Amino acid sequence: MRHDLVTLNQWIDTGSRVLDLGCGEGILLKHLVDNKAVRGLGVEIDADNITRCIAKGLNVIEQDLDNGLSNFADNSFDTVLLTQTLQAVRRPDYVLQEMLRVGKECIITFPNFGHWQVRLYLMLRGKMPVSKMMPYHWYDTPNIHFCTVKDFELLCKRQDIKILHRTVQAAQGIDEKTKTPHWYNKLWPNFLGAHAIYHVTR
Amino acid sequence: MTSASNSVGIVAPKTAHFKQPFKVSCGRELPSLDIVYETYGELNAEHSNAVLVCHALSGDHHAAGYHSAEDKKPGWWDNYIGPGKAIDTNHFYVVSLNNIGGCAGSTGPSTINPETNEPWGPDFPTLRVRDWVETQRMLADSLAIEQWAAVIGGSLGGMQAMRWALEYPDRLRHCVVIASALKLTAQNIAFNKTSRTAISSDPDFHEGRYYQHNTLPKSGLAIARMIGHITYLSDGVMGEKFGRDLRSGTFEQGVESELEFQVESYLRYQGDIFSENFDANTYMLMTKALDYFDLAREYDNDAVKAFSAAKCRFLVVSFTSDWRFSPERSREIVKALIGAEKSVSYAEVDAALGHDSFLLPVERYNNLFTAYMQKVAQEQSQGDNHAT
Repeated sequence: MRHDLVTLNQWIDTGSRVLDLGCGEGILLKHLVDNKAVRGLGVEIDADNITRCIAKGLNVIEQDLDNGLSNFADNSFDTVLLTQTLQAVRRPDYVLQEMLRVGKECIITFPNFGHWQVRLYLMLRGKMPVSKMMPYHWYDTPNIHFCTVKDFELLCKRQDIKILHRTVQAAQGIDEKTKTPHWYNKLWPNFLGAHAIYHVTR
Repeated sequence: MTSASNSVGIVAPKTAHFKQPFKVSCGRELPSLDIVYETYGELNAEHSNAVLVCHALSGDHHAAGYHSAEDKKPGWWDNYIGPGKAIDTNHFYVVSLNNIGGCAGSTGPSTINPETNEPWGPDFPTLRVRDWVETQRMLADSLAIEQWAAVIGGSLGGMQAMRWALEYPDRLRHCVVIASALKLTAQNIAFNKTSRTAISSDPDFHEGRYYQHNTLPKSGLAIARMIGHITYLSDGVMGEKFGRDLRSGTFEQGVESELEFQVESYLRYQGDIFSENFDANTYMLMTKALDYFDLAREYDNDAVKAFSAAKCRFLVVSFTSDWRFSPERSREIVKALIGAEKSVSYAEVDAALGHDSFLLPVERYNNLFTAYMQKVAQEQSQGDNHAT
Protein backbone atom coordinates (compact mmCIF):
# COMPACT_ATOMS: atom_id res chain seq x y z
CA MET A 1 0.00 0.00 0.00
CA ARG A 2 1.12 3.53 -0.75
CA HIS A 3 2.56 5.13 2.41
CA ASP A 4 0.36 8.18 2.24
CA LEU A 5 -2.75 5.95 2.14
CA VAL A 6 -2.01 4.65 5.63
CA THR A 7 -2.00 8.20 6.94
CA LEU A 8 -5.07 9.33 4.97
CA ASN A 9 -7.11 6.34 6.04
CA GLN A 10 -7.30 7.42 9.66
CA TRP A 11 -8.72 10.85 8.80
CA ILE A 12 -11.60 9.58 6.65
CA ASP A 13 -14.79 8.28 8.23
CA THR A 14 -16.47 5.09 7.05
CA GLY A 15 -19.38 5.77 4.71
CA SER A 16 -18.55 9.47 4.32
CA ARG A 17 -18.72 11.48 1.07
CA VAL A 18 -15.29 11.93 -0.48
CA LEU A 19 -14.31 14.10 -3.45
CA ASP A 20 -10.89 13.28 -4.89
CA LEU A 21 -9.53 16.11 -7.04
CA GLY A 22 -6.99 14.97 -9.60
CA CYS A 23 -7.81 11.36 -8.77
CA GLY A 24 -5.52 9.91 -11.45
CA GLU A 25 -6.38 6.34 -12.26
CA GLY A 26 -8.39 6.07 -9.05
CA ILE A 27 -6.07 3.98 -6.85
CA LEU A 28 -6.73 6.01 -3.69
CA LEU A 29 -10.45 6.39 -4.37
CA LYS A 30 -10.86 2.67 -5.08
CA HIS A 31 -9.03 1.91 -1.83
CA LEU A 32 -11.37 4.20 0.11
CA VAL A 33 -14.49 2.80 -1.57
CA ASP A 34 -13.42 -0.79 -0.86
CA ASN A 35 -12.07 -0.31 2.67
CA LYS A 36 -14.01 2.62 4.03
CA ALA A 37 -17.23 2.26 2.06
CA VAL A 38 -17.02 5.94 1.16
CA ARG A 39 -19.36 7.43 -1.41
CA GLY A 40 -16.59 8.65 -3.64
CA LEU A 41 -16.37 10.92 -6.66
CA GLY A 42 -13.18 11.59 -8.59
CA VAL A 43 -12.31 14.60 -10.71
CA GLU A 44 -9.74 14.04 -13.43
CA ILE A 45 -8.60 15.62 -16.68
CA ASP A 46 -6.61 12.84 -18.34
CA ALA A 47 -8.62 10.75 -20.82
CA ASP A 48 -6.90 7.42 -20.13
CA ASN A 49 -7.12 7.89 -16.37
CA ILE A 50 -10.85 8.55 -16.66
CA THR A 51 -11.34 5.29 -18.55
CA ARG A 52 -9.26 3.45 -15.92
CA CYS A 53 -11.47 4.89 -13.15
CA ILE A 54 -14.59 3.81 -15.04
CA ALA A 55 -13.11 0.33 -15.48
CA LYS A 56 -12.74 0.19 -11.69
CA GLY A 57 -16.41 1.05 -11.30
CA LEU A 58 -15.63 4.47 -9.79
CA ASN A 59 -17.58 7.65 -10.32
CA VAL A 60 -15.37 10.14 -12.12
CA ILE A 61 -16.02 13.53 -13.68
CA GLU A 62 -13.92 15.04 -16.43
CA GLN A 63 -13.13 18.55 -15.29
CA ASP A 64 -10.23 21.03 -15.20
CA LEU A 65 -9.53 22.11 -11.62
CA ASP A 66 -8.23 25.43 -12.89
CA ASN A 67 -11.80 26.25 -13.94
CA GLY A 68 -12.98 25.95 -10.34
CA LEU A 69 -15.51 23.77 -8.60
CA SER A 70 -18.62 25.85 -9.20
CA ASN A 71 -20.61 22.72 -10.07
CA PHE A 72 -20.22 21.50 -6.48
CA ALA A 73 -22.44 22.88 -3.72
CA ASP A 74 -21.13 24.26 -0.40
CA ASN A 75 -20.38 21.58 2.19
CA SER A 76 -21.53 18.82 -0.14
CA PHE A 77 -18.64 16.50 0.78
CA ASP A 78 -17.23 15.38 4.11
CA THR A 79 -13.67 15.30 2.80
CA VAL A 80 -12.07 16.77 -0.31
CA LEU A 81 -8.73 15.26 -1.32
CA LEU A 82 -5.97 16.82 -3.37
CA THR A 83 -3.01 14.45 -3.52
CA GLN A 84 0.19 15.40 -5.33
CA THR A 85 -1.73 17.91 -7.45
CA LEU A 86 -1.54 21.25 -5.57
CA GLN A 87 1.76 22.10 -7.25
CA ALA A 88 0.25 21.54 -10.71
CA VAL A 89 -2.74 23.89 -10.55
CA ARG A 90 -2.66 27.46 -11.83
CA ARG A 91 -3.94 29.07 -8.60
CA PRO A 92 -3.30 26.86 -5.56
CA ASP A 93 -4.75 29.52 -3.24
CA TYR A 94 -8.01 29.60 -5.20
CA VAL A 95 -8.23 25.80 -5.39
CA LEU A 96 -7.73 25.60 -1.61
CA GLN A 97 -10.54 28.07 -1.00
CA GLU A 98 -12.84 26.15 -3.33
CA MET A 99 -11.96 22.85 -1.62
CA LEU A 100 -12.86 24.29 1.77
CA ARG A 101 -16.13 25.66 0.43
CA VAL A 102 -17.15 22.25 -0.99
CA GLY A 103 -15.78 20.04 1.77
CA LYS A 104 -16.01 20.13 5.53
CA GLU A 105 -12.44 18.90 5.76
CA CYS A 106 -9.64 18.68 3.21
CA ILE A 107 -6.56 16.57 2.84
CA ILE A 108 -3.71 17.91 0.76
CA THR A 109 -0.45 16.19 -0.07
CA PHE A 110 2.46 17.66 -1.98
CA PRO A 111 6.19 17.19 -2.49
CA ASN A 112 8.07 19.45 -0.07
CA PHE A 113 10.43 21.72 -1.97
CA GLY A 114 12.14 22.54 1.30
CA HIS A 115 13.48 18.98 1.69
CA TRP A 116 17.22 18.86 2.33
CA GLN A 117 17.98 16.96 -0.86
CA VAL A 118 16.23 19.62 -2.94
CA ARG A 119 18.09 22.38 -1.11
CA LEU A 120 21.39 20.59 -1.55
CA TYR A 121 20.79 19.97 -5.25
CA LEU A 122 20.06 23.63 -5.85
CA MET A 123 22.95 24.81 -3.71
CA LEU A 124 25.61 22.52 -5.11
CA ARG A 125 24.52 22.28 -8.75
CA GLY A 126 22.78 25.64 -9.13
CA LYS A 127 20.08 23.98 -11.22
CA MET A 128 16.38 23.24 -10.66
CA PRO A 129 16.28 19.84 -8.97
CA VAL A 130 15.48 16.75 -11.01
CA SER A 131 14.96 13.56 -9.02
CA LYS A 132 12.89 10.40 -8.86
CA MET A 133 10.27 12.39 -7.00
CA MET A 134 10.49 15.40 -9.31
CA PRO A 135 11.33 13.83 -12.65
CA TYR A 136 10.67 16.84 -14.93
CA HIS A 137 12.84 19.68 -16.20
CA TRP A 138 11.88 23.25 -15.29
CA TYR A 139 10.63 23.88 -18.83
CA ASP A 140 8.40 20.82 -19.31
CA THR A 141 7.12 20.25 -15.80
CA PRO A 142 3.39 20.25 -15.01
CA ASN A 143 4.46 21.24 -11.49
CA ILE A 144 4.31 24.99 -11.84
CA HIS A 145 3.82 25.90 -8.17
CA PHE A 146 6.25 24.02 -5.98
CA CYS A 147 6.15 25.10 -2.35
CA THR A 148 7.71 24.17 0.94
CA VAL A 149 6.06 23.08 4.17
CA LYS A 150 6.67 26.58 5.52
CA ASP A 151 5.15 28.24 2.43
CA PHE A 152 2.04 26.11 2.71
CA GLU A 153 1.55 26.89 6.37
CA LEU A 154 1.95 30.61 5.70
CA LEU A 155 -0.79 30.39 3.07
CA CYS A 156 -3.03 28.54 5.52
CA LYS A 157 -2.46 31.28 8.08
CA ARG A 158 -3.25 34.00 5.55
CA GLN A 159 -6.45 32.23 4.49
CA ASP A 160 -7.55 31.38 8.05
CA ILE A 161 -7.25 27.68 7.34
CA LYS A 162 -7.03 25.52 10.43
CA ILE A 163 -4.47 22.72 10.30
CA LEU A 164 -5.90 19.64 12.04
CA HIS A 165 -2.95 17.32 11.35
CA ARG A 166 0.36 17.51 9.61
CA THR A 167 2.56 14.60 8.68
CA VAL A 168 5.74 14.59 6.68
CA GLN A 169 7.37 11.51 5.27
CA ALA A 170 10.92 11.01 4.14
CA ALA A 171 11.61 9.87 0.61
CA GLN A 172 12.05 6.33 1.93
CA GLY A 173 8.56 6.48 3.45
CA ILE A 174 7.47 5.32 6.86
CA ASP A 175 8.98 3.27 9.66
CA GLU A 176 8.13 -0.34 8.75
CA LYS A 177 7.98 -1.33 12.42
CA THR A 178 5.66 1.32 13.77
CA LYS A 179 3.84 2.09 10.47
CA THR A 180 4.25 5.76 11.29
CA PRO A 181 6.63 8.35 9.87
CA HIS A 182 10.19 8.13 11.17
CA TRP A 183 10.58 10.05 14.41
CA TYR A 184 13.20 12.35 12.98
CA ASN A 185 10.77 13.72 10.37
CA LYS A 186 8.81 15.40 13.11
CA LEU A 187 11.94 17.08 14.35
CA TRP A 188 12.45 19.39 11.43
CA PRO A 189 9.69 18.73 8.90
CA ASN A 190 10.54 21.39 6.35
CA PHE A 191 14.07 20.03 6.10
CA LEU A 192 13.64 16.30 6.56
CA GLY A 193 10.20 15.67 5.06
CA ALA A 194 10.02 14.83 1.37
CA HIS A 195 6.22 14.45 1.23
CA ALA A 196 3.86 16.67 3.18
CA ILE A 197 0.37 15.56 4.17
CA TYR A 198 -2.05 18.08 5.65
CA HIS A 199 -5.49 17.64 7.13
CA VAL A 200 -7.19 21.03 7.24
CA THR A 201 -10.55 22.67 7.86
CA ARG A 202 -12.12 26.15 7.95
CA MET B 1 -15.19 -1.88 -37.40
CA THR B 2 -17.71 -4.44 -38.56
CA SER B 3 -16.60 -7.86 -39.59
CA ALA B 4 -18.42 -11.15 -39.52
CA SER B 5 -17.10 -11.93 -36.04
CA ASN B 6 -18.31 -8.76 -34.32
CA SER B 7 -21.60 -8.26 -36.13
CA VAL B 8 -24.93 -9.48 -34.83
CA GLY B 9 -25.43 -10.74 -38.39
CA ILE B 10 -28.78 -10.90 -40.11
CA VAL B 11 -31.66 -9.73 -37.97
CA ALA B 12 -35.41 -9.54 -38.47
CA PRO B 13 -37.74 -6.98 -36.92
CA LYS B 14 -40.67 -8.12 -34.80
CA THR B 15 -43.93 -6.38 -34.04
CA ALA B 16 -45.65 -6.12 -30.65
CA HIS B 17 -49.40 -5.38 -30.80
CA PHE B 18 -51.14 -3.60 -27.97
CA LYS B 19 -54.89 -3.83 -28.32
CA GLN B 20 -55.84 -1.58 -25.41
CA PRO B 21 -56.12 2.19 -26.06
CA PHE B 22 -53.03 4.23 -25.22
CA LYS B 23 -53.58 7.48 -23.39
CA VAL B 24 -51.17 10.05 -24.83
CA SER B 25 -49.78 12.77 -22.54
CA CYS B 26 -51.58 15.44 -24.58
CA GLY B 27 -54.88 13.94 -23.38
CA ARG B 28 -55.90 12.18 -26.58
CA GLU B 29 -55.99 8.43 -27.17
CA LEU B 30 -54.56 6.05 -29.72
CA PRO B 31 -57.00 3.12 -30.09
CA SER B 32 -54.21 0.54 -30.37
CA LEU B 33 -50.48 0.40 -30.89
CA ASP B 34 -47.98 -1.46 -32.99
CA ILE B 35 -44.38 -1.29 -31.88
CA VAL B 36 -41.71 -2.62 -34.21
CA TYR B 37 -38.51 -3.72 -32.53
CA GLU B 38 -35.36 -5.79 -32.91
CA THR B 39 -33.43 -7.74 -30.33
CA TYR B 40 -29.79 -8.82 -30.30
CA GLY B 41 -28.23 -11.36 -27.95
CA GLU B 42 -30.03 -13.73 -25.60
CA LEU B 43 -32.18 -12.86 -22.60
CA ASN B 44 -30.78 -14.77 -19.62
CA ALA B 45 -32.88 -16.91 -17.26
CA GLU B 46 -33.03 -14.14 -14.62
CA HIS B 47 -34.05 -11.56 -17.25
CA SER B 48 -31.34 -9.32 -15.79
CA ASN B 49 -29.21 -8.64 -18.86
CA ALA B 50 -31.61 -6.56 -20.95
CA VAL B 51 -30.48 -3.24 -22.37
CA LEU B 52 -32.82 -0.73 -23.98
CA VAL B 53 -31.45 1.39 -26.81
CA CYS B 54 -33.45 4.57 -27.48
CA HIS B 55 -33.12 6.14 -30.92
CA ALA B 56 -32.70 9.79 -31.83
CA LEU B 57 -34.54 11.98 -34.31
CA SER B 58 -34.18 10.00 -37.51
CA GLY B 59 -33.31 6.58 -36.09
CA ASP B 60 -35.44 3.49 -35.86
CA HIS B 61 -35.45 -0.05 -34.49
CA HIS B 62 -32.69 -1.22 -36.84
CA ALA B 63 -29.69 -0.42 -34.65
CA ALA B 64 -27.34 -3.30 -35.50
CA GLY B 65 -26.73 -6.04 -38.02
CA TYR B 66 -28.19 -6.45 -41.48
CA HIS B 67 -31.66 -7.24 -42.78
CA SER B 68 -30.35 -9.37 -45.63
CA ALA B 69 -27.10 -10.63 -47.08
CA GLU B 70 -27.40 -7.98 -49.80
CA ASP B 71 -27.79 -5.15 -47.28
CA LYS B 72 -24.95 -2.67 -47.80
CA LYS B 73 -25.35 -0.68 -44.59
CA PRO B 74 -25.75 -2.10 -41.08
CA GLY B 75 -28.07 -0.64 -38.41
CA TRP B 76 -27.45 2.92 -37.18
CA TRP B 77 -25.44 1.98 -34.06
CA ASP B 78 -23.62 -1.06 -35.39
CA ASN B 79 -20.34 0.58 -34.30
CA TYR B 80 -21.34 0.04 -30.68
CA ILE B 81 -23.68 -2.99 -30.63
CA GLY B 82 -22.45 -6.51 -31.34
CA PRO B 83 -20.34 -9.36 -30.00
CA GLY B 84 -17.28 -7.85 -28.30
CA LYS B 85 -18.43 -4.27 -28.90
CA ALA B 86 -19.29 -1.64 -26.26
CA ILE B 87 -22.82 -3.02 -25.88
CA ASP B 88 -21.62 -6.58 -26.01
CA THR B 89 -24.31 -8.95 -27.28
CA ASN B 90 -22.36 -11.87 -25.78
CA HIS B 91 -23.48 -10.46 -22.41
CA PHE B 92 -26.50 -8.33 -23.09
CA TYR B 93 -29.92 -8.80 -24.57
CA VAL B 94 -30.41 -5.59 -26.52
CA VAL B 95 -33.87 -4.25 -27.32
CA SER B 96 -34.16 -1.51 -29.94
CA LEU B 97 -37.53 -0.19 -31.06
CA ASN B 98 -39.06 2.25 -33.48
CA ASN B 99 -40.78 4.84 -31.29
CA ILE B 100 -44.45 5.55 -31.87
CA GLY B 101 -44.93 8.49 -34.21
CA GLY B 102 -42.09 7.01 -36.25
CA CYS B 103 -42.20 5.88 -39.84
CA ALA B 104 -40.48 2.49 -39.78
CA GLY B 105 -43.48 0.34 -38.88
CA SER B 106 -44.61 1.47 -35.44
CA THR B 107 -47.91 3.33 -35.12
CA GLY B 108 -47.35 6.80 -36.53
CA PRO B 109 -48.72 9.51 -38.83
CA SER B 110 -48.65 7.20 -41.87
CA THR B 111 -50.70 4.53 -40.04
CA ILE B 112 -54.41 4.30 -40.87
CA ASN B 113 -56.62 5.94 -38.26
CA PRO B 114 -59.39 3.35 -37.78
CA GLU B 115 -61.94 6.09 -37.13
CA THR B 116 -61.47 7.73 -40.50
CA ASN B 117 -59.88 4.93 -42.52
CA GLU B 118 -57.35 7.53 -43.65
CA PRO B 119 -53.73 7.95 -42.55
CA TRP B 120 -53.43 9.97 -39.35
CA GLY B 121 -51.16 12.49 -41.06
CA PRO B 122 -51.02 15.82 -39.22
CA ASP B 123 -53.85 14.71 -36.91
CA PHE B 124 -51.61 12.22 -35.12
CA PRO B 125 -51.55 13.17 -31.42
CA THR B 126 -48.72 15.44 -30.32
CA LEU B 127 -46.11 13.31 -28.58
CA ARG B 128 -43.76 13.98 -25.73
CA VAL B 129 -40.65 12.07 -24.75
CA ARG B 130 -42.64 10.68 -21.80
CA ASP B 131 -45.03 8.98 -24.25
CA TRP B 132 -42.10 7.09 -25.72
CA VAL B 133 -40.92 6.06 -22.26
CA GLU B 134 -44.43 4.86 -21.46
CA THR B 135 -44.68 2.78 -24.66
CA GLN B 136 -41.16 1.44 -24.07
CA ARG B 137 -42.35 0.39 -20.60
CA MET B 138 -45.26 -1.45 -22.23
CA LEU B 139 -42.82 -3.23 -24.53
CA ALA B 140 -40.62 -4.14 -21.54
CA ASP B 141 -43.66 -5.64 -19.78
CA SER B 142 -44.56 -7.67 -22.86
CA LEU B 143 -40.98 -9.02 -23.00
CA ALA B 144 -41.08 -9.81 -19.25
CA ILE B 145 -38.24 -7.40 -18.52
CA GLU B 146 -38.78 -6.13 -15.01
CA GLN B 147 -35.56 -4.13 -14.82
CA TRP B 148 -33.16 -2.99 -17.54
CA ALA B 149 -29.47 -3.46 -16.87
CA ALA B 150 -29.14 -0.17 -18.73
CA VAL B 151 -31.21 2.29 -20.72
CA ILE B 152 -28.98 3.96 -23.29
CA GLY B 153 -29.51 6.79 -25.74
CA GLY B 154 -27.77 9.56 -27.65
CA SER B 155 -29.26 12.99 -28.33
CA LEU B 156 -33.09 12.65 -28.25
CA GLY B 157 -32.45 9.07 -27.12
CA GLY B 158 -30.56 10.39 -24.08
CA MET B 159 -33.63 12.41 -23.14
CA GLN B 160 -35.66 9.19 -23.13
CA ALA B 161 -33.04 7.46 -20.98
CA MET B 162 -33.13 10.29 -18.41
CA ARG B 163 -36.94 10.30 -18.40
CA TRP B 164 -36.85 6.55 -17.67
CA ALA B 165 -34.69 7.20 -14.59
CA LEU B 166 -37.32 9.65 -13.28
CA GLU B 167 -40.52 7.82 -14.24
CA TYR B 168 -39.47 4.25 -13.42
CA PRO B 169 -36.53 4.51 -11.00
CA ASP B 170 -36.78 0.83 -10.02
CA ARG B 171 -36.75 -0.43 -13.57
CA LEU B 172 -33.19 0.42 -14.62
CA ARG B 173 -29.79 0.02 -12.99
CA HIS B 174 -27.81 2.25 -15.34
CA CYS B 175 -28.63 5.24 -17.49
CA VAL B 176 -26.24 6.18 -20.30
CA VAL B 177 -26.84 9.67 -21.69
CA ILE B 178 -24.74 10.60 -24.72
CA ALA B 179 -24.59 14.03 -26.41
CA SER B 180 -27.90 15.07 -24.87
CA ALA B 181 -29.42 17.92 -22.84
CA LEU B 182 -31.87 18.69 -20.03
CA LYS B 183 -33.70 20.84 -22.59
CA LEU B 184 -32.97 22.43 -25.95
CA THR B 185 -31.60 25.95 -26.23
CA ALA B 186 -33.39 28.66 -28.24
CA GLN B 187 -30.83 28.26 -31.04
CA ASN B 188 -31.53 24.54 -31.20
CA ILE B 189 -35.31 25.11 -31.36
CA ALA B 190 -34.65 27.69 -34.09
CA PHE B 191 -32.88 25.10 -36.23
CA ASN B 192 -35.79 22.70 -35.81
CA LYS B 193 -38.30 25.42 -36.65
CA THR B 194 -36.38 26.28 -39.82
CA SER B 195 -36.45 22.62 -40.83
CA ARG B 196 -40.17 22.36 -40.18
CA THR B 197 -40.79 25.53 -42.19
CA ALA B 198 -38.87 24.06 -45.12
CA ILE B 199 -41.25 21.08 -45.05
CA SER B 200 -44.49 23.00 -44.48
CA SER B 201 -43.75 25.45 -47.28
CA ASP B 202 -43.19 22.68 -49.81
CA PRO B 203 -46.29 22.81 -52.11
CA ASP B 204 -46.36 19.01 -52.03
CA PHE B 205 -46.86 19.01 -48.24
CA HIS B 206 -50.60 19.85 -48.43
CA GLU B 207 -50.66 20.65 -44.71
CA GLY B 208 -49.54 17.13 -43.93
CA ARG B 209 -52.19 15.40 -46.08
CA TYR B 210 -49.78 14.50 -48.84
CA TYR B 211 -50.70 10.79 -48.66
CA GLN B 212 -54.19 11.64 -49.94
CA HIS B 213 -52.69 13.81 -52.71
CA ASN B 214 -50.25 11.10 -53.75
CA THR B 215 -47.35 13.48 -53.33
CA LEU B 216 -44.34 13.65 -51.02
CA PRO B 217 -42.80 16.93 -49.81
CA LYS B 218 -39.40 15.75 -50.95
CA SER B 219 -37.71 19.08 -51.49
CA GLY B 220 -38.84 20.38 -48.09
CA LEU B 221 -37.72 17.24 -46.33
CA ALA B 222 -34.41 17.33 -48.19
CA ILE B 223 -33.77 20.92 -47.05
CA ALA B 224 -34.67 19.93 -43.48
CA ARG B 225 -32.14 17.12 -43.68
CA MET B 226 -29.48 19.42 -45.14
CA ILE B 227 -29.93 21.89 -42.27
CA GLY B 228 -29.77 19.02 -39.80
CA HIS B 229 -26.70 17.58 -41.42
CA ILE B 230 -24.79 20.86 -41.34
CA THR B 231 -25.52 21.29 -37.64
CA TYR B 232 -24.69 17.68 -36.77
CA LEU B 233 -21.21 18.04 -38.25
CA SER B 234 -18.53 20.53 -37.26
CA ASP B 235 -16.86 23.25 -39.32
CA GLY B 236 -13.60 21.36 -38.91
CA VAL B 237 -14.81 18.02 -40.17
CA MET B 238 -16.61 19.55 -43.14
CA GLY B 239 -13.43 21.40 -44.07
CA GLU B 240 -11.47 18.20 -43.77
CA LYS B 241 -13.94 16.08 -45.68
CA PHE B 242 -14.82 18.46 -48.52
CA GLY B 243 -12.79 21.63 -48.25
CA ARG B 244 -13.50 23.78 -51.29
CA ASP B 245 -13.05 20.89 -53.69
CA LEU B 246 -15.13 21.03 -56.82
CA ARG B 247 -17.23 18.15 -58.00
CA SER B 248 -17.83 19.68 -61.39
CA GLY B 249 -16.98 22.81 -63.36
CA THR B 250 -13.94 25.04 -63.33
CA PHE B 251 -12.90 28.51 -62.11
CA GLU B 252 -10.70 29.04 -65.18
CA GLN B 253 -11.09 32.57 -66.55
CA GLY B 254 -12.80 32.78 -69.89
CA VAL B 255 -14.74 29.60 -69.24
CA GLU B 256 -18.28 29.76 -67.95
CA SER B 257 -19.40 26.45 -66.51
CA GLU B 258 -21.85 25.01 -64.04
CA LEU B 259 -20.00 24.74 -60.75
CA GLU B 260 -20.67 22.40 -57.90
CA PHE B 261 -18.66 22.09 -54.72
CA GLN B 262 -18.22 18.64 -53.22
CA VAL B 263 -20.07 19.77 -50.12
CA GLU B 264 -23.07 20.78 -52.23
CA SER B 265 -23.18 17.43 -53.92
CA TYR B 266 -22.87 15.64 -50.59
CA LEU B 267 -25.72 17.58 -48.99
CA ARG B 268 -27.92 17.12 -52.05
CA TYR B 269 -27.30 13.38 -51.93
CA GLN B 270 -28.01 13.16 -48.19
CA GLY B 271 -31.17 15.23 -48.62
CA ASP B 272 -32.42 13.13 -51.54
CA ILE B 273 -31.88 9.80 -49.79
CA PHE B 274 -33.57 11.02 -46.63
CA SER B 275 -36.56 12.56 -48.42
CA GLU B 276 -37.31 9.24 -50.09
CA ASN B 277 -37.07 7.20 -46.91
CA PHE B 278 -38.46 9.36 -44.13
CA ASP B 279 -41.94 10.60 -43.41
CA ALA B 280 -42.39 14.37 -43.25
CA ASN B 281 -45.10 14.22 -40.57
CA THR B 282 -42.82 12.07 -38.43
CA TYR B 283 -40.08 14.66 -38.85
CA MET B 284 -42.47 17.43 -37.72
CA LEU B 285 -43.61 15.37 -34.73
CA MET B 286 -40.15 14.22 -33.62
CA THR B 287 -38.59 17.69 -33.80
CA LYS B 288 -41.50 19.10 -31.80
CA ALA B 289 -41.03 16.41 -29.11
CA LEU B 290 -37.36 17.47 -28.98
CA ASP B 291 -38.32 21.14 -28.63
CA TYR B 292 -40.92 20.47 -25.93
CA PHE B 293 -38.67 18.28 -23.78
CA ASP B 294 -37.68 19.85 -20.47
CA LEU B 295 -36.62 17.28 -17.91
CA ALA B 296 -37.29 19.51 -14.91
CA ARG B 297 -40.53 21.21 -16.00
CA GLU B 298 -42.72 19.13 -13.68
CA TYR B 299 -40.17 19.48 -10.87
CA ASP B 300 -40.38 23.27 -10.33
CA ASN B 301 -37.78 23.68 -13.09
CA ASP B 302 -35.21 22.27 -10.70
CA ALA B 303 -33.11 19.54 -12.31
CA VAL B 304 -31.66 18.51 -8.93
CA LYS B 305 -35.18 17.91 -7.67
CA ALA B 306 -36.02 16.05 -10.87
CA PHE B 307 -33.13 13.62 -10.46
CA SER B 308 -33.64 13.13 -6.73
CA ALA B 309 -36.00 10.17 -7.27
CA ALA B 310 -33.57 8.37 -9.61
CA LYS B 311 -31.94 5.21 -8.27
CA CYS B 312 -29.70 4.16 -11.14
CA ARG B 313 -26.10 5.04 -11.88
CA PHE B 314 -25.37 7.45 -14.71
CA LEU B 315 -22.77 7.77 -17.44
CA VAL B 316 -22.84 11.07 -19.30
CA VAL B 317 -20.73 11.65 -22.42
CA SER B 318 -20.30 14.72 -24.62
CA PHE B 319 -18.10 15.59 -27.62
CA THR B 320 -15.96 18.72 -27.83
CA SER B 321 -16.93 19.64 -31.41
CA ASP B 322 -20.65 19.07 -30.86
CA TRP B 323 -22.29 22.49 -31.04
CA ARG B 324 -25.86 21.24 -31.39
CA PHE B 325 -25.71 19.43 -28.02
CA SER B 326 -22.59 21.04 -26.64
CA PRO B 327 -20.56 19.78 -23.67
CA GLU B 328 -22.03 22.67 -21.68
CA ARG B 329 -25.47 20.97 -21.93
CA SER B 330 -24.02 17.70 -20.63
CA ARG B 331 -22.27 19.54 -17.79
CA GLU B 332 -25.68 20.84 -16.73
CA ILE B 333 -26.91 17.25 -16.51
CA VAL B 334 -23.84 16.25 -14.49
CA LYS B 335 -24.13 19.24 -12.16
CA ALA B 336 -27.75 18.35 -11.39
CA LEU B 337 -26.82 14.70 -10.78
CA ILE B 338 -24.02 15.70 -8.40
CA GLY B 339 -26.43 18.06 -6.65
CA ALA B 340 -28.88 15.19 -6.24
CA GLU B 341 -26.05 13.01 -4.86
CA LYS B 342 -26.37 10.42 -7.62
CA SER B 343 -23.64 8.13 -8.91
CA VAL B 344 -22.35 9.74 -12.07
CA SER B 345 -19.36 9.58 -14.37
CA TYR B 346 -18.76 12.15 -17.09
CA ALA B 347 -16.40 12.27 -20.04
CA GLU B 348 -15.92 15.09 -22.53
CA VAL B 349 -14.53 13.31 -25.54
CA ASP B 350 -12.23 15.20 -27.88
CA ALA B 351 -13.77 14.34 -31.25
CA ALA B 352 -13.89 16.34 -34.46
CA LEU B 353 -17.08 14.92 -35.91
CA GLY B 354 -19.63 17.15 -34.15
CA HIS B 355 -22.94 15.82 -32.86
CA ASP B 356 -22.69 12.79 -35.15
CA SER B 357 -19.66 11.62 -33.12
CA PHE B 358 -22.01 9.59 -30.95
CA LEU B 359 -22.79 7.34 -33.91
CA LEU B 360 -19.29 7.09 -35.33
CA PRO B 361 -16.20 5.13 -34.32
CA VAL B 362 -14.24 7.35 -31.91
CA GLU B 363 -11.50 5.50 -30.06
CA ARG B 364 -11.70 7.18 -26.66
CA TYR B 365 -15.50 7.11 -26.64
CA ASN B 366 -15.43 3.43 -27.57
CA ASN B 367 -12.91 2.65 -24.80
CA LEU B 368 -14.78 4.33 -21.99
CA PHE B 369 -18.20 3.17 -23.17
CA THR B 370 -16.84 -0.40 -23.35
CA ALA B 371 -15.23 -0.11 -19.89
CA TYR B 372 -18.50 1.15 -18.41
CA MET B 373 -20.63 -1.56 -20.00
CA GLN B 374 -18.17 -4.25 -18.90
CA LYS B 375 -18.70 -3.14 -15.30
CA VAL B 376 -22.45 -3.29 -15.87
CA ALA B 377 -22.07 -6.85 -17.18
CA GLN B 378 -19.80 -7.81 -14.26
CA GLU B 379 -22.12 -6.57 -11.53
CA GLN B 380 -24.99 -8.27 -13.32
CA SER B 381 -23.24 -11.64 -13.25
CA GLN B 382 -22.23 -11.06 -9.62
CA GLY B 383 -25.85 -10.23 -8.84
CA ASP B 384 -26.96 -13.44 -10.51
CA ASN B 385 -24.49 -15.41 -8.41
CA HIS B 386 -25.89 -13.87 -5.25
CA ALA B 387 -29.36 -14.85 -6.31
CA THR B 388 -28.47 -18.51 -6.78
